[in-house]
Amino acid sequence: MSIAEFLADLTNPDLAFLPKALLIAVMSSVVCGVVGCYVVLRGMAFIGDAVAHAVFPGLAVAFVLQGSLVVGGAVAGVLTAVLVAVFAQNRRLKEDSVIGVFYVASFALGIVIISQAPGYAGSLQQFLFGSITGIPDEDLYTAAITGVLLLGAVLLLHQQFVTVSLDRELARAVGLRVFWLDIALYVLVTVAIVISVQTIGNILVLALLVTPAAAARLLTDRLGAMMLLAPAIGGSGAVVGLYLSWSYDLPVGGTIVLVLATVFLLAWLFAPCHGLVTKHWRRPGIEAPATG
Amino acid sequence: MSVLEVRGVTVGLGGRTVLRDIDLAVDLGELTGLIGPNGAGKTTLLRSILGLVRVAAGQVLVDGRPIRPRRSPVGYVPQRHEFAWDFPISVENAVMTGRSGLLGLFRRPGVADWRAVGESIERVGMGELARRPVGELSGGQRQRVLVARALALQPRVLLLDEPFTGLDLPTQELLTGLFLELAREGRAVLMTTHDLVGALDTCTRIALLNRTIVADAPPSELLDPEPWMRAFGVSETSPLLKILKVM
Repeated sequence: MSIAEFLADLTNPDLAFLPKALLIAVMSSVVCGVVGCYVVLRGMAFIGDAVAHAVFPGLAVAFVLQGSLVVGGAVAGVLTAVLVAVFAQNRRLKEDSVIGVFYVASFALGIVIISQAPGYAGSLQQFLFGSITGIPDEDLYTAAITGVLLLGAVLLLHQQFVTVSLDRELARAVGLRVFWLDIALYVLVTVAIVISVQTIGNILVLALLVTPAAAARLLTDRLGAMMLLAPAIGGSGAVVGLYLSWSYDLPVGGTIVLVLATVFLLAWLFAPCHGLVTKHWRRPGIEAPATG
Repeated sequence: MSVLEVRGVTVGLGGRTVLRDIDLAVDLGELTGLIGPNGAGKTTLLRSILGLVRVAAGQVLVDGRPIRPRRSPVGYVPQRHEFAWDFPISVENAVMTGRSGLLGLFRRPGVADWRAVGESIERVGMGELARRPVGELSGGQRQRVLVARALALQPRVLLLDEPFTGLDLPTQELLTGLFLELAREGRAVLMTTHDLVGALDTCTRIALLNRTIVADAPPSELLDPEPWMRAFGVSETSPLLKILKVM
């Protein structure tokens, strides 16, 4: 399918779900790209994965009760994140064990709940792998408003997040409330995941959070640049992914994630300073001795 | 009155008394070396001065008032391994994080903040590297960044935790010179160190710590082996005491 045809489909009133899907995919990727920078820099990918699974029971409850998926997911995700933060204060257990206990438990809860709903196999598939159809208008608005609030919160808390990420001990010494900042970051990650989960799916959403930020990290050594590059990579990955998925009738979540993974690979090979190929090119090593 | 006064501080961690009845006062202009064996409670003492550890008894006064994070003019240099050196951040932005407590949620760094950061970076001799990513710096340069970050608060008390660990001798020497200057300019500097010889040579005062203060005097008055034997739990034939005799 050519790009012109894709644009025609986007404006076709019979295919109204398509521009909605595009909008929500781009918004999700941008928000996840920004928040994902903290996730990547603090080595929190496992927490991101945990939260992504933990929103599932909330989605299931909301689905069974016909409520708002965004609200249901956010409540479950935040609850799990707070539980992890509280239980991780116990020094006898490391944080990853606590996460391992809670996220699988809440995912299990979600499966039990959703099995009570009629026609559950189809909806389970939708939750796990994403779907571009059937996004209600109000979810679009909720996602847009939440996304803007979330970016505002990041702007407000950025200096504090950086201080804590660099050196927790100093952050405490200068009077920052490290525990609450951790909770705030978990909540932001949860919210970013919840607004993304519908299009991209519960299992694949981690890629929106981690892959663009990881690619951006390879491309720059400056935090500001990284936090602009990651949402840019995520957003364009979403557009290209949706286009390919629509053209070739591929699952949308999977396609977007594969596009992002390709960008990551390219960055790993060709990043201006630290790329594998770039380095090799600049300094011909033992394999390619200079002749003459 | 000393700018930093620790009065009768006792600290328990997990049911064990880690520090007992600590009295210590540091004046402006002094570089005090806090020396003791592993597990003597050196870092815990620094952390209780900062208010990061709950004190079971006693109090810490800065300028005659109880210590308060954000308000008290105390700069802290934690150990170098606490810092995430792979973080993509420039020297000047890393130093700015020292002022995060002052900035709060709603204020972005302003002219006064950047001036304080610039002066601190110049003060530790890192002016030319201000925009360099921290990951590209050597061990000694990294230590300077941490000191600049503490100075960004324009503190009158400076606490350094093992600033020499993992650094080669010439670097240690340069840093010792810097710390001495920082003290002489009118700050009270308290540093924990494993480098006994260096501390005896440069510190204006030595406090020997092993759960409690064993001795506290200028180096020239600490030539008697007895307090060293008590602080480190060693016998008269210990190589440690031989070094002291040579000094």
